[in-house]
Amino acid sequence: MAATALDSEITKSDKYSILLPTYNERENLPIIIWLIVKCLDTSGYDYEVIIIDDGSPDGTQDIAKQLQKIYGSNKIILRPREKKLGLGTAYIHGMKHATGNFIIIMDADLSHHPKFIPKFIELQREHDLDVVSGTRYKDDGGVHGWDFKRKLISRTANFITQMLLRPGASDLTGSFRLYKKDVLQKLIDSCVSKGYVFQMEMIIRARQLDYTIGEVPITFVDRVYGESKLGGSEIIQFAKALLYLFATT
Amino acid sequence: MTKLLEWVSVLSAFVAVWYSLVAGYVKHPMIEKNMTLVIVSPLIFVILFGLYAVSVILYRVFTFNNCEDAAKELQEEIKEARRDLQEKGLRW
Ligand SMILES: Nc1nc2c(ncn2[C@@H]2O[C@H](COP(=O)(O)OP(=O)(O)OP(=O)(O)O)[C@@H](O)[C@H]2O)c(=O)[nH]1
Ligand SMILES: [Mg+2]
Repeated sequence: MAATALDSEITKSDKYSILLPTYNERENLPIIIWLIVKCLDTSGYDYEVIIIDDGSPDGTQDIAKQLQKIYGSNKIILRPREKKLGLGTAYIHGMKHATGNFIIIMDADLSHHPKFIPKFIELQREHDLDVVSGTRYKDDGGVHGWDFKRKLISRTANFITQMLLRPGASDLTGSFRLYKKDVLQKLIDSCVSKGYVFQMEMIIRARQLDYTIGEVPITFVDRVYGESKLGGSEIIQFAKALLYLFATT
Repeated sequence: MTKLLEWVSVLSAFVAVWYSLVAGYVKHPMIEKNMTLVIVSPLIFVILFGLYAVSVILYRVFTFNNCEDAAKELQEEIKEARRDLQEKGLRW
């Protein structure tokens, strides 16, 4: 009895800070915010959304301000930066202003659907996990809008990575995750890589530091609006990071 | 121990066993009779593993979930969001 009362006391004070880095997401930002509000207001969890916009030339910042007026400045928090400084540092910047004890990281380009957030939270609570990672590679997870070539590259990269690093998580390059705040801070401090491969290093460090990791299958719908920034140089970056982690962790 | 060192130690154990057979440190009529097989066994192993890897990867590519429903649902939600946000006074 006493234990359950205490448990609900703790869970009641849980707060989730959603970090939303944006660069030229004027079309997507209102919709992702609308979806977050829709999916989380019904669930009753306490949350805030922190938008980290890197001076997008398309006026994402202006849209963000309007959204803040609509949904309130306690829900929508703006932490813009002057210029494009990269994703890794955007998370660090956003986390400094987060008031929640949990951090959720997701892309603003609609490839990550907020309907999975309650599932992340439930799984985290069930096992008191340090990290919950969305996965496209397991069970009902999947991708929409990928051709044969992209699927082949991604499955091959995943196979090799699993074999070499045995990370204990099936989706290393995905960036839809929930972290305990102090855990995320420690992981960021121990990560050396920047940019696209940052996500992979985070989960490898989590394994190395013996944090518990859970997985929720997610459906990944490739961006509808805006340009994809993934190119051939990502594959080289990925290979380098893989070899680095293979030799050092 | 790093993953690299794990691989190096397991591989060296295999190489040591293989070499001791080939070089004749371990003697047995069975080994001498099948010497060519012993010599090429690492190659066979690599080929079999390659076949395994290719079939697993191709199987996973073809069974990769396409999420048609999720994409359709998202399209509907985008329309609904646009309508609702317009009503709330968003200009974009
Ligand atoms: N603040 C900030 N956000 C960024 C930066 N680069 C990308 N983003 C955002 O980070 C998220 C993920 O970036 P994406 O461009 O979608 O990268 P991706 O998912 O690997 O690749 P695609 O979806 O194929 O383009 C999106 O919400 C982007 O708007 C950056 O330098 N600064
Ligand atoms: Mg994306």
